[in-house]
Amino acid sequence: MDRFRMIFQYFQSSSESVMNGICGLLALASVKMYTSFDFSCPCLPQYNMAYGLGIMFIPPIILFLCGLILNRQSLVMLEEWRRPQGRRKKDLAVIRYMCSSIMQRAMVAPVVWIVVTLLDGKCLICAFSSSMDPEKFVGFANVSPVQVQQLLAKVPCKDDELMRNDTSRKAVSRYLRCWSQALGWSILLILIIAAFLARWLRPCFNQAALLQARHWSNYIDIEQKIFEETCCEHSRLFAHKCILHFFESMRQEIKLHNFSLPREGEGAEGEEDLLRGITDQNRVNKLLKTWYYEKPPLDVSQATQV
Amino acid sequence: MDKFRMIFQFFQSNQESFMNGICGIMALASTQMYSAFDFNCPCLPHYNLAYGLGILLVPPFILFLLGFVLNNNISMLAEEWRRPQGQRGKDPAVLRYMFCSMAQRAMIAPAVWVSVTLLDGKCVTCAFCTSVPVETLGNASHPRLSPGEIQRVLARIPCKEIYNGQELIANEVAVRYLRCISQALGWCFVLLMTMLAFLVRSLRPCFSQAAFLKSRYWSHYIDIERKLFDETCAEHARSFAKVCIQQFFESMSTDLVATHCHPPRKAPADVGEAAEKLLGITDQSTMNMALKSWHRCKPPLNLQPPALPTGNGWAGEGQPPVHPSTHRRETAAYYSCL
Repeated sequence: MDRFRMIFQYFQSSSESVMNGICGLLALASVKMYTSFDFSCPCLPQYNMAYGLGIMFIPPIILFLCGLILNRQSLVMLEEWRRPQGRRKKDLAVIRYMCSSIMQRAMVAPVVWIVVTLLDGKCLICAFSSSMDPEKFVGFANVSPVQVQQLLAKVPCKDDELMRNDTSRKAVSRYLRCWSQALGWSILLILIIAAFLARWLRPCFNQAALLQARHWSNYIDIEQKIFEETCCEHSRLFAHKCILHFFESMRQEIKLHNFSLPREGEGAEGEEDLLRGITDQNRVNKLLKTWYYEKPPLDVSQATQV
Repeated sequence: MDKFRMIFQFFQSNQESFMNGICGIMALASTQMYSAFDFNCPCLPHYNLAYGLGILLVPPFILFLLGFVLNNNISMLAEEWRRPQGQRGKDPAVLRYMFCSMAQRAMIAPAVWVSVTLLDGKCVTCAFCTSVPVETLGNASHPRLSPGEIQRVLARIPCKEIYNGQELIANEVAVRYLRCISQALGWCFVLLMTMLAFLVRSLRPCFSQAAFLKSRYWSHYIDIERKLFDETCAEHARSFAKVCIQQFFESMSTDLVATHCHPPRKAPADVGEAAEKLLGITDQSTMNMALKSWHRCKPPLNLQPPALPTGNGWAGEGQPPVHPSTHRRETAAYYSCL
């Protein structure tokens, strides 16, 4: 439990850590989504390519958009970009820095999906089995062109009655899977090398500007958070004053109408204060009715003078 | 337990996080409901469409309404909408903001249900199996059946055990076709929803950011004000009840003293707190009478002022009497006992 709390606190400590945490969660969610998704290739000539490529590219777009939506900093960046200049100059370098860091984090989950799809192989087999050259495979070499399309389209479906024990189907399947896995590993290797180089070579170019941009983007984020917290606190105090003022004004009204001064009995002084002169059922009902029918104005300047 | 409490505290710390938590729980509940639901296609020509579309569309509607019901802010919105203007103007922008944020959160669980249903494929397979294109997918050289017969055969596609149209169109081919269409629809639906959410979120800072900040502040203010008012009223009710009950016990004890003809026992100097808390009731019969009186004749909701406004000499002394009439009775009883 202690470890869990420590991890939780660590992630909450800075907004960068929160974003990294969300990024990691989305990547895990992407893998989970792929494994729980029931891939079922239609095995029909025109539909295969559309289905296979659709499953490979549409979920990454969805994951990318989710990565942008869930990232709080994207809102901060947009606000900073669109705000009027006012008395504070806008620094485009800061906006660019924020944009690039948001994009990098949002790209992780789509890349994970594409790599997992390629390493698994089902999508590519489904999409490209109809585009295979039948001459290369013994079982499809001497068949009429129309029939060959139908047969090739059925390659991804292992349980189809025509294809169940067909050795040429297995050959096509293995061939396509080999290409798919090679593509997957190559993409992974290229991306990791690119990330490695980017991190290593960054200090060689313009390190000072980078430090500045990072500092100010962090500042803008923190400033926004503190502004929201201050507004919350302010509205709480405002509400408190407003309600106290309301109860006081009720007490004044009662004094005015009933000509009875509030007594200050010895033992009950604390309670009298809390009761604020409202000491019977009718007065309580009147207070509640007034609260509903005539909420007090949003103006506590008199309350601070009382 | 500790972990659970920590997560609970995190969500309760902030009203928005709490609502997001409820939203997430409902989305999870929606997937759980779907996997626990035992889908059972009727496999009859006209019932299939009704059943399939019903399972696809009715639970999301229920989840949407449930999203509103579980949201605490709905009563706040209704109250703010219906209250008379009084001394405080009403801002329609605030009402719109509150309604939009509630509607957005309520839409998540239905969207999850629809996506999971479409990606799974059983509903669409059941609903549209009679519309499968037999000419392209099936056996064109099959002896012609009447359209009604064909409909009946196709309607049995989702039920593999009773399917008897293998010569007309293979069951696996039809199921694969329908499932492919269903999954394509599902992914397109998810993409559309995500794009809408993205546009709504990203276009807002570009237009009307100042109005948004205002509406957010005042809607939060209304929520806090209501909570603080409830707390203040609860505090007031507590004090009211305390004084009311104290006065009840005091009146009981002075009544009983008057009727039993013994003078109030003078408390010794070192009386202690416990004796004070006894409120003058020190034996079984007195207590029983107090309890019976509480049940039969609760005191009015009208707290007596501790001293009279007539300004007689009693106010100057240490102990102002509760009931001047009781004092007179007490004196009379003393004389009669002599």
